[in-house]
Amino acid sequence: MEDIISHIRDKLKDSIIKVEEKATPRVYIEFKPENIPEAAEFVFKELGCRMITASGIDTPQGIEILYHFSQDVSGKVISLRTLITNKKSPEIDSIAHIIKGAEWIEREIWELLGVNFKGHPDLRHLLLIDDWPEGKHPLRKDNR
Amino acid sequence: MSHKVIVPIGPYHPLQEEPEFFRLHVDGEKVTDIDIIIGYMHRGIEELSEHKHFHQVPYLVERICGICSSSHPYAYVLAIEDILGGEANVVPERALYIRTIVDELQRLHSHLLWLGLAGHFIGYNTVWMWAWRYREPLLDLFEMITGNRNHYGISKIGGVIHDIKDEDIPAIKKAMDDLVPAANMFKGAVMDDPVIHARLKGVGILTKQQAIDWCTVGPTARASGVDIDVRRDDPYGVFDKVKWNVIVEKEGDVFAKAVVRILELYESVGIIRQCLDKMPKGPIDADIKDIPPGEGIGHVEAPRGECFHYVRSDGTNRPVRHKIRAPSYVNIASNKVAAVGQTISDTTITLAAVDPCYCCTERVAVLDKKTDKQVLNGWDLIKLSQEKTEKIKKRMGINV
Repeated sequence: MEDIISHIRDKLKDSIIKVEEKATPRVYIEFKPENIPEAAEFVFKELGCRMITASGIDTPQGIEILYHFSQDVSGKVISLRTLITNKKSPEIDSIAHIIKGAEWIEREIWELLGVNFKGHPDLRHLLLIDDWPEGKHPLRKDNR
Repeated sequence: MSHKVIVPIGPYHPLQEEPEFFRLHVDGEKVTDIDIIIGYMHRGIEELSEHKHFHQVPYLVERICGICSSSHPYAYVLAIEDILGGEANVVPERALYIRTIVDELQRLHSHLLWLGLAGHFIGYNTVWMWAWRYREPLLDLFEMITGNRNHYGISKIGGVIHDIKDEDIPAIKKAMDDLVPAANMFKGAVMDDPVIHARLKGVGILTKQQAIDWCTVGPTARASGVDIDVRRDDPYGVFDKVKWNVIVEKEGDVFAKAVVRILELYESVGIIRQCLDKMPKGPIDADIKDIPPGEGIGHVEAPRGECFHYVRSDGTNRPVRHKIRAPSYVNIASNKVAAVGQTISDTTITLAAVDPCYCCTERVAVLDKKTDKQVLNGWDLIKLSQEKTEKIKKRMGINV
């Protein structure tokens, strides 16, 4: 079995901030927000990983997004981590044009955490009603 | 003359089973586009979970779905056990066997449920009645093992809550023996019936590339030739200690999806039998109290595909963040490609083929775009689907 982490290190070494291997099949790799589309494309298209979903988290430092990928041939779950420090108007490039399956989860993070996905083809409400008040994001900690 | 209409398939009322809303754009008989609108059952469970104690969360996430109500708590406890050092290092062996048995019993009842509904939508009401008749003894098993027919309440961080008693094992074995002839019957009814071949083959095709692009999981992906199964790829429970096969078909149509689910019945029966024979004696719970800070990922193969949970702990007694992704979330989105290009009479079964928990197609309504007047309602659309089967039968000279 080829080691997926060394592949990612080789290809994306300039943009990787940190690699954590928590348990054997769980890897977390941190990137800057602007490098996420490149990393996601490499992991999805070149390494053949399946995108599971993305988790958006409101932390004191900023909005953290984890893009979870599964390398099904080895059972590894690879999470690309990024931190958007601008909490007032968080922005990141959309990966929906690379991965069709990311369309819904980006809409979800947009409405629940207020992250603007630049270049998303259809950024509208997914789970909340259409007339949900603007600027209210249910998963923001300061909104409770 | 072509006549463009929009066909809304959908909910509006939470008392109806499983609200989802499909708006079909139809040109004559052909579906040209489909809007999928979800969110009617958004209950904020991810947020609610952040207000519960770690040990209360399994009961909360169990209520996400009444059909895969073992998968969600299982994936959650796996995520917590990932923080603690991995399921195999934390949980006693007997508990791993019990978890596996309950997980597979759940797959059996869920696949039979789907088979019945699929039969109903194409006009095979006998298949519907028979499938649900054979599902009933499985629910009795759940009641015997866990005390509940649904929402089993058996998952717990570090183990299971209910043990399988020795005197209950013969009853489980007998239920498995009784299920095999039933599975044979369904296999024959689907695979040897020329009408079902004509009705379901080539309908609602999701190609392998589409299945990969839309990140589909479970039987939906496996029917399109994508060879994935969390039980084999990232084993949990005792799936790496028993012998079984991953069922993969190539065609990607509704027929292939039915075949995958029927053949998986045999694999599940085999897994349960081996688990009952191999299950060791011993404790069923590691008695875990505190959860250290950290983050964990748990995923299991639910009947509909991979069910994924991510949990972050900061050392208090509640999760800081709990992200949940159910398999239907990605599978339903793939209808965007599978249903387009079909005729209206094939839509019900195509939308139902991903097994979106319950299929919501009985709330279908066809609206005329110009007058906004209802042309067809949900029952009419199911009737359309059933009539197509009748036509195929007539063409083949089969009298019913």
